[in-house]
Amino acid sequence: MTDARILTEETPKRSGAFSRWLSMLWADKFAFFAAIFLLIVLLCAILGPYFLGDAANKMNLRGRNAAPFHLRHGIMYVLGADALGRPLLARVIVAAQNTILVAAAAVCASALLGSALGLVAGYSRRSAAQWIMRLGDVIMSFPSLLLAVIVLYMLEPSVANIVLVLAITRIPIYLRTSRAETLEIRERMFVQAAKVMGASNTRIIFRHILPVMLPTLVTIATLDFAFVMLAESSLSFLGLGIQAPEITWGLMVSQGRPYLTNAWWLSFWPGLAIILTTLSLNLLSNWMRIALDPTQRWRLEMGGRKNG
Amino acid sequence: MADHLLEVKDLSVEFHTAAGTVKAVQNVSWHLDRGETLAILGESGSGKSVSASAVMNLIDMPPGKITSGTILLDGRDMLKMTPEERRAINGAKIAMIFQDPLAHLNPVYQVGWQIAEMMTTHGESAENAKSRARDLLKRVGIPDPDAAMRKYPFQFSGGQRQRLMIAMALACKPDILIADEPTTALDVTIQAQVLALLDELQQETGMGMLLITHDLGVVAEIADRVVVMNAGNIVETGDAAEVYRNPKHAYTRKLIDAAPGKGEMPDERDRSGAPLLRAVGLEKNYGAFQALKGVDLTIMPGETVAVVGESGSGKSTLARAILRLDDPDSGKVLYNDRDLLTISDKELFGLRRDLQMVFQDPTQSLNPRMTVFQLISEAWVIHPSILPKPQWKERVAELLVKVGLRPEMASRYPHQFSGGQRQRIAIARALAMEPKLIVCDEAVSALDVSIQAQVIELLDGLRREFGLSYLFIAHDLPVVRDFADRVIVMRAGEIVEEGPVRQIFEAPRQPYTQALLAASLDPDPVVQAARRDARQQQKGLMPA
Repeated sequence: MTDARILTEETPKRSGAFSRWLSMLWADKFAFFAAIFLLIVLLCAILGPYFLGDAANKMNLRGRNAAPFHLRHGIMYVLGADALGRPLLARVIVAAQNTILVAAAAVCASALLGSALGLVAGYSRRSAAQWIMRLGDVIMSFPSLLLAVIVLYMLEPSVANIVLVLAITRIPIYLRTSRAETLEIRERMFVQAAKVMGASNTRIIFRHILPVMLPTLVTIATLDFAFVMLAESSLSFLGLGIQAPEITWGLMVSQGRPYLTNAWWLSFWPGLAIILTTLSLNLLSNWMRIALDPTQRWRLEMGGRKNG
Repeated sequence: MADHLLEVKDLSVEFHTAAGTVKAVQNVSWHLDRGETLAILGESGSGKSVSASAVMNLIDMPPGKITSGTILLDGRDMLKMTPEERRAINGAKIAMIFQDPLAHLNPVYQVGWQIAEMMTTHGESAENAKSRARDLLKRVGIPDPDAAMRKYPFQFSGGQRQRLMIAMALACKPDILIADEPTTALDVTIQAQVLALLDELQQETGMGMLLITHDLGVVAEIADRVVVMNAGNIVETGDAAEVYRNPKHAYTRKLIDAAPGKGEMPDERDRSGAPLLRAVGLEKNYGAFQALKGVDLTIMPGETVAVVGESGSGKSTLARAILRLDDPDSGKVLYNDRDLLTISDKELFGLRRDLQMVFQDPTQSLNPRMTVFQLISEAWVIHPSILPKPQWKERVAELLVKVGLRPEMASRYPHQFSGGQRQRIAIARALAMEPKLIVCDEAVSALDVSIQAQVIELLDGLRREFGLSYLFIAHDLPVVRDFADRVIVMRAGEIVEEGPVRQIFEAPRQPYTQALLAASLDPDPVVQAARRDARQQQKGLMPA
């Protein structure tokens, strides 16, 4: 109520859009470091296997379950080594690729497909909407692990197939959310106003409805990122997911589980990577929700978090 | 020194927000005596509700903070009391009713139980509470109180719900009743009934009543004294009739001058020639409910036709049917002799340009994620033939100036404007289409009186400049009186009466139109007092 009354302040001068976004990111320190961390993870995912692929798979039986924080076996072993004496630092870096690839692909696919279907279901009043919703119910009522077993039994366990399974099981979340949001937004006055102007359905959907519900979807997607990483590890644990010698963080966590009492570092480092990645994504999505909303953006443009 | 029942002295309240400290009220003092009605009059943002919230301990602290002042109830400072003491006072000694009764009644409990609960929480036995709740329902005029006890809030109409709230407020026989915009959400005829009920109840119980309102008419009808507030300060206080007759402060004068319904009514227009738009036999059903029962209407070029009626009369459905936002079940809408209801989508798209709409609430009708430039230029994105892209910027600036805003505001977002400015943006957006007819669906009813007058003036100027026609949907008769050429009175999906504005206001033929006019409140307390006496006499003549 109060911020709406500030009528005299002028909008800041338009410098480059990039530097404006950068300064808004700097205003939220948590989001800023989250962004930097994610950038590092991304670099590891892209370059890691190229540089460290061999190191990550080289066994050193003398260094089995080597404790972390010792440079006895070289810099690679600073985080310790696993049951076969492979350096954990290299493995965590190399595993980033598969992990990020699977999680990002699964989340993107389910988010795109789910929200598109949800938009159609919410916007059209025809029987198509009914079919889409029942499809969502079927997916939700079918145990996701069973689906994974069936699909991966019939097809080869591979990165593409695990992405497929994970994407399908996560569709209903986006489907239901975006349908509910669409049903609400389509009745808002500005959508009616656009109709009076003669706006086409595509324009209404993409220009008026989608931008309003995008922050919700992005927030769900980042939360889902963590879920998908862990789901992938449980599938891998069952032998249905990524197969050795390929590695992911989730797989590393489950491989380290038997040694948890005497070599905690086997599960700890990949687990930490998962936690930090999802935490960073959450912080960044939180920042994005504010930055994308013109009525909230002043919080960042004023600099600093005054009212979280 | 318990001179007054309730006395507020030098009260200042601040709110700490991220945008800085907002001084909601500053050094406000007023008092309320037994058996009198004090009205706090002000526009939105004037801080008129804040002192009442302080009395009821409803200010959230933080972000709110009472920086100075005292609130004396029978001589005791309420601000120094413990929370338990405050709670014992709330409801028992001071009760409150709100603008939106549905939001303040719990939807999952029976109303009888809810009213009884007021009394049981203040120590009444369950049995007594129940029988008194029944008596109260009867007193506030709810039909069949025994059955009503077991009903749920949604089963009552808006006016009845406000009666329920009043019954609940009176449950513990309070000394003071605070009414925050009690009739703003109600139709005029219901408003008159609720105000009359409040007046009667006050005479019976001798309670002091504090009325918070933006409506001069409500003040004229019910208040003894009035406190006028602007921007957190009291600008004037005094006897209601005296303040209306001799306003001392410039702001009070401005407020009184802005009250609609005083201007010259336009002369009847020549209605020969081809009409711009003609609706014939429009019907619309929602299930078993008939929203429109065969409505005919004609709009001539350059004419303003007002449709008035209470909620549920079908006036908005009519507007939506004409613009094809909701397709009617039968009937025709002829625009330049082409039926809008049967033409192809492609043809309709072309005609969309000519027929535009301004909605009630500009906060909702403007997409919050688009800048003013994007909002206005959307018209040309959709209809590229109107204006080539290089000229958009210039034209947006031009339109903004036309509606009384500044060109550099184009890069801002809607939330950076006040309500009146937002409605101007909505009007600029409609003008961008270069329409022939603008449908205004309650376009000014969400605005403050002074802003309302400005927007009406703007619409009127645009009509003269561009020869626009308006279909003006409203529930507020005085606004219509100043602006319309013709008036259509609707009730329950049918047209009750239609005629030139002068005839409708000066010689209404139908009893319903007469009742509507009688129920609408005049801002002049003397006029209102005369009407009240006339009503009393009429009542006296009627057999009991």
